[in-house]
This record gives sequence, structure tokens and C-alpha cells, in this order.
Amino acid sequence: MTVLEKTPKAPASREGGEWRRTPKWLYAVLGGGLVLVVLPFLWMLVSSIKPEAEVRAVPPTWWPETLTLENYDTLFTKLDFPTYFMNSAIVALAVTAGNMVFCSMLGYALAKLDFPGKRALFGIVLGTLMIPGVVTFVPLFVLTTKIGLSNTLLGMILPFVAGPFGVFLMRQFIQSLPDELIQAARIDGAGELRIFFSVILPLCGPALATLGILTFLTSWNNFLWPLVVAQTEDKYTLPVALALYAVGQNATQYGLLLAGSVVVVLPVLVIFLVLQRHIMQGIAMTGIK
Amino acid sequence: MLALPFVLLFVVFSLGPVLASLGMSFTDMRRTDIRNPFAVEPVGLDNYVSLVQDPLFRKVTLNTLLYLLLGVPLTMAVALAVAVGINRIERFRGFFRVGYYLPVVTSIVAVSVVWKFLYRDNGGLFNTVLGWVGIDGPGWLDSTTLSLPSLVLMAVWRNFGTLMVIFLAGLQTIPQEVAEAAEVDGASGWSRFRHVTLPMLRPTLLFGAVITGLGYLQFFEEAFVMTKGGPLDSTRSVTYFTFDQFGFGNYGYAAAASYLLFLAVVLLTWVQFRWLGEREAAK
Repeated sequence: MTVLEKTPKAPASREGGEWRRTPKWLYAVLGGGLVLVVLPFLWMLVSSIKPEAEVRAVPPTWWPETLTLENYDTLFTKLDFPTYFMNSAIVALAVTAGNMVFCSMLGYALAKLDFPGKRALFGIVLGTLMIPGVVTFVPLFVLTTKIGLSNTLLGMILPFVAGPFGVFLMRQFIQSLPDELIQAARIDGAGELRIFFSVILPLCGPALATLGILTFLTSWNNFLWPLVVAQTEDKYTLPVALALYAVGQNATQYGLLLAGSVVVVLPVLVIFLVLQRHIMQGIAMTGIK
Repeated sequence: MLALPFVLLFVVFSLGPVLASLGMSFTDMRRTDIRNPFAVEPVGLDNYVSLVQDPLFRKVTLNTLLYLLLGVPLTMAVALAVAVGINRIERFRGFFRVGYYLPVVTSIVAVSVVWKFLYRDNGGLFNTVLGWVGIDGPGWLDSTTLSLPSLVLMAVWRNFGTLMVIFLAGLQTIPQEVAEAAEVDGASGWSRFRHVTLPMLRPTLLFGAVITGLGYLQFFEEAFVMTKGGPLDSTRSVTYFTFDQFGFGNYGYAAAASYLLFLAVVLLTWVQFRWLGEREAAK
């Protein structure tokens, strides 16, 4: 990226960002790097379909000599992975829905309405973006225990349904919507709730999609809080179950653990690859703005 | 009205606990006190004094600083190199961007399981490859000196994608006339990068350093899965320590430890903004 041939200036092509010819070796370097980055995932997939003895073979085999789904079979029939999967899905979907509703409501209020303490509220909400999760989990645990939500999925969901990130994202987006729309609705006699649901929300599609996907991914991967709340196996989420198996009595059953990793990782990789445009937009929107 | 639902939830589950945690850090609250709140006594700064004197807390603080000092520059360097590379090519930009971003969306717990497998002493991918060139690879996660850098290496792989996307967006805001002018003036590739790209990217770099630093200060899951904080606490972090104290039922002590971490987070943000802000002003 630093050694540049003195090539004659190429006419600016397409979007105008490129004004020099791209050296061929750069593609090779980037391609090689990409192989390295993806390699752990491929190794995980390949190893998960080997029988346990072959997983441990020294030296390792590059392609399974015996293809088997026995690791997946164990996860889903002998261990309780269907339950963990359902728990993860329920928690992630509920947290996502909550954020989409609550954050867009507050985002609208902060972007387009006037009320006392508005600036302070936005400042405080933004400030909590910085607070490490570890700061709140002890009192949160005491609280959930007192209101009877320890060892429940609801206890995993509630503390995350109103996050600061979503407010920031939705406020930025709604601010860019024209005021005239709201004024017109107001002249027609619509109340604020009505304006929010029938004028603002239908226009928030792209921002809501971004928020939804990012929240789902974060929640699906969330670890510390579910680990604290879940006390019996039937309440484990996937990362909690996988981590506890990995440090517990199954610590050396690599085939099984790698298959478990595939179950955790594969759904989000698929979601990401299908919907990546929204995610990249979201990072650019909140990261750079 | 529209703000109410969020504000209620926010106060109960975010703001409240942040303040409660601060309050708890000045008490001797333990697990048994959940049922019997009147047994909780204020102890002033006792928890903080004990923390500073606790050799294990000193150790985990040092470890956390190492995570920060190794992790942030490495993550930023890799992200910047890839971003500059992708910014220079004409085709497949989107493809590379998505590919390099993949690890970011995956569960840290899951990829830690995978990397633990890659790091294995015998038959692990790393040592197999090293074996080809005649190097007898070490037990990466069994050594008190190698385990922490090994975890950082994995974290860099897992995390650099976010920064890469942010840096790419930053690079695209640099007007091409500036770079062209520098080339016409005969600036070499490296000096263009050093004197044009880097200074213009400064605000983006600052932002990237802060969010990356916040992540490394809270290092936990990688160590929990791959090394259980060992060997000999060499990979235990402040978050891990807090989690352990919570597990032992020492709630007041855990809250105090978490507040010291919080303080470090605030300090880091402040220092980085000041430092880069001053260099900006000095120009």
C-alpha cells in the first residue's frame, strides 16, 4: 500500500475515488489476507464433521477421512441444544423488538419535539454508551432477584430492551426527515402518537432495519449477563451453554465443541451475508457522523 | 409522552444500577444481604483501600493494561493497512470489505473455542504449520508469558473489521485533489501516506482508538473460555476479577472493582481526546 510505481495518471474511473492504476499484487495480498481471516471458520466447519478420534489426530487431516454428523447428533439429541437455541432466539428477538419500538419513540421525541430536559436526557443516554456492562451487573442481579426474574428469560431481556445505541441511531435518522411532514399532520389535527405511528415510523424503514439487525447480532452473542442470570441448564443461551461446556467436563471433546461453535456462528454469518448492506450503512451512520 | 417508556426502562435498568453500583461500592454488601438489606453496613472507602492492596487486583490491573497496550495499536495497524489496501483497489471492494468484517459478527465465545483448538500444542493448526518449517511450536495457552499475547492476537483478528470499515469511510472523505497535488510535488507513496493520509484521518483514528480501547479494557470472554484466567492468573482481567468476586458473593467489593474500571474508561477517553486534540492544535 506504500510502494507505488510512478505510473502515468489513469483517467478517473467510475466513482472518481480511483485515480491511479491498481497494482495487481495488491489483489493478491488482500486475497491472501482474506484466506487467513476466513481460515479459522473453515477449520471449524471441517473439524466439526470429523469423528472425535480424527479431530485429535496428530498431524491433523485437511479433509475428513470419515465424514460424520455424529457431533451434531449428540448436540441436538443427547445434549439440550434445541432448548439453548430457542432461548437464544427468544431473547434476541425480544430485545430487538423492544429496541426498535422504544428507541424510535425516544429518537423521534429527541429529534423533532421540544420538552424540558431534552438536551440533558440525550446527554445522559449517550453517556451510558461508554459504561462497561460490568459496572451494572451486580446491582442488576440484586434487582432481578428481588422482582423474581432471576433464572428467567424475561430477566435476560428487560435490561437490554432500551439501549442507548438505538436512540442515537434513530435520532440521527429522524432528524433528517423534513419537518413539513409533521407540520402538515399537525394541521390536520393528528396527535403526537398518531404522527409517530402513521407518519414517522413508515419512513424509518432503513434505519429500523439497521438497528434491528445490529441489535439481534449483539444480543445473540451477548454473554456476561445471560451467564449471570441463567442458573439452571434449561435457561442457558447458546453462548452460555457453549462456554460452560468448554470449561467444564466436555473441555476435551473438541469435535463436539466445534460443532457447537458452528451452531452459534453459522446463523449470524448467514444473516450477515444476506443483509450486510444494512450493517455497513449503520456503522458508517453512527461511527462517522 | 413518547419518551416515557424508554426513560422508565432506562432509569430502572441502566441509570439506577449505575448509581446503585457506586453506592454498593461503599458498603460491605454480600450475597446473603439480598434477603436482609438491613445487615448492609457502610464501610466508606474500605473496599477501595483493600483493592489497591490486593495483589491479585494489582495483577489483573496490569494484565488489563497489557491487553490495552498490545491490543489497540495492533488492531488499529491491521485495520488501517487493510483499509488503505481496499481503498486503493478498483474492483471487489465490497467483497473484501464484507470478507474482512466476518469475524466481527461472530460470538466471542464460539471463536474462542475455535482458537483454543487452533492453539493446541500437538495437532493444533499453528504448531502444525510451524512444524513444516522445523519449528517446534510452544504450548501457546499454557505459558504465563505467551498466553496473554495469544489471546490478544485472537482479539485483533476478531475486532479489526469494525475499525477497517470506519477507516475506509474516513479515507473516502479525503479529497483526491490533495493526494494528487502531493504526487505532483513528487511525494513518494510512504511520505504521502505519512504526511497527507494520516493527518487528514486524525479524527477518525482518534474515534477508532477510543472505541477499541474501551473494548480491550473490558476483556473477559476470551480468557474465560480459552484459559480460565490462567495459567497463574496471567490472563485474568479486571472484568474477570469482578465476575469472580461476584461469584464469591462479595458484592460491595465487586462493585468497587467495577467502578475503578469505569474510572479507567473515563480516563482513557479523556486522555485520548486531549492528546490527539493537542497534536491537532500544535499543527
